[in-house]
Amino acid sequence: MTKTTTNRGYGYADLPGLMGLMSGDEKHGPAATSTLDALWVLYDRVLRVTPERADDPERDRFLLSKGHGPMAYYAVLAAKGFVPVDWLPGFGSYDSPLGHHPDRVLVPGAEIGSGSLGHGLPIAVGTALGLRAQGLHDPRVWVLVGDAELDEGSNHEAIAYAGPAGLDQLHTVVIDNSSASYALPGGIAARFEAAGWSAETVDGRDHDALYAAFAAPHPGRPRVVVAQVEPKTA
Amino acid sequence: MDTMRDRFAPVVSRLLDEDPRVAVVLAEIGVAGFEDARHRHPDRVINVGIREQLLVGAGAGLALTGLRPVVHTFASFLVERPFEQVKLDLGHQDVGAVLVSASASFDWPSGGYTHMSPGDIALLDTLDGWTVHVPGHPDEAETLLRHAVAAGDDKVYVRLSVQSNAEALAVDGTRFRTVREGRAGVVVAVGPMLDAALAATEGLDVTVLYGTTVRPFDSATLRRATETAGTDVVLVEPYLAGTSTAAANDALADLPHRVLGLGVGRRELRRYGQIEEHVAAHGLDAGSLRERIGGFLGADRVSA
Repeated sequence: MTKTTTNRGYGYADLPGLMGLMSGDEKHGPAATSTLDALWVLYDRVLRVTPERADDPERDRFLLSKGHGPMAYYAVLAAKGFVPVDWLPGFGSYDSPLGHHPDRVLVPGAEIGSGSLGHGLPIAVGTALGLRAQGLHDPRVWVLVGDAELDEGSNHEAIAYAGPAGLDQLHTVVIDNSSASYALPGGIAARFEAAGWSAETVDGRDHDALYAAFAAPHPGRPRVVVAQVEPKTA
Repeated sequence: MDTMRDRFAPVVSRLLDEDPRVAVVLAEIGVAGFEDARHRHPDRVINVGIREQLLVGAGAGLALTGLRPVVHTFASFLVERPFEQVKLDLGHQDVGAVLVSASASFDWPSGGYTHMSPGDIALLDTLDGWTVHVPGHPDEAETLLRHAVAAGDDKVYVRLSVQSNAEALAVDGTRFRTVREGRAGVVVAVGPMLDAALAATEGLDVTVLYGTTVRPFDSATLRRATETAGTDVVLVEPYLAGTSTAAANDALADLPHRVLGLGVGRRELRRYGQIEEHVAAHGLDAGSLRERIGGFLGADRVSA
């Protein structure tokens, strides 16, 4: 997989500080950082998108479906130059473009607005279909969902369609922090696999494992990577 | 006579041929009509199965990549069931689509309440920026479908019905049309209600406006009509009674006026049967309309 690394002068070690500009504290619990490593590996090593390419039809699309707790997302967007760092301290205020759920109209680099759970995956399916219909077979579509977000039935409409439809441009990252009240071990990957997806479950804090899972080929099938992190309630 | 829905697939199939931006998204309903088009445009005729949240969400995704999605199923499953997708995946994402519904308020009465959607336009009224077309004849449906697809990236709803007027009128996708002029009241008949409204007001001294594009509401034409016909206004709509009452009130806000909103009642009838029986049950047949319109305007005053 081609990788595009944009060095904006910030690295992974700077992310807690960037998040601190929003929270007022450099220490963040597992809930605030559950997505952080997956987001970093995607933006640093996988996604072929830069601020300069934000409107390029050939860019990769990343759709943050799990819009709750977006500080990690904003920190990564700031580190990669999509969002000015000096926007971060205003997080959640009336004049700030950075809300507690992201709005694509306000946030440079955000492909969708999210917050209501279960919308990103169906939109990602449509995005993959739209690219295919225009002969854009190279760009990849990534959508990040939470494990409890998969409770929403709309996801299952998308999962059950995308496999048989062979949408191999579509990729889902499930951040599994055991926040679903009703779940069985291995259930997430099994549901995707039953619908014909290529699936892998990895340690959501291990950057090399995440990268390997993100970069693995999956011809003819959509791909899901379940990234396991500390339980939300731990 | 063929129906509006009979025109839908042929018209949109031609638009698929003409415009590479157009894509059709279906949820099993209406798939057969697009079989030829699907062979010509396999990636732009999409059937997502019986999945209406995905139907609208996928339409939004197509729009995000620059396409012009035409999304179709029964009104109940296009507007009501996935309403949050309509609100968020289109409105909040700031993308457009053409939603084309079939079965209207009670096109299939023997199918019962699950397939009736008298509230579709009232629901869309809670959202910003929707254009709503309610054709009253298959020819008008064809014209308005073309308008809808050509409307840039606008959010457009086209409400198709098997109910129809006998003759088509020229429609422009924007304005109400004056079909009769009088001095003692204004009747706005929407879409398939025109024939009944004209029959009901035969011999009455009223202006009859014909609306096939109801959102944005054509306040200017209504106001102009009231200059000679006075500010007693009756709305005759083929969906939930009173849907446009607020719009008519707003149009006349600075004038003393009265508005009567006629349409489909809220109460669930729990009846099957025929369309005509439901028309009558909701008081929308010509005889009932004449009584209600005459009563509101004062029949002795408006008799020409």
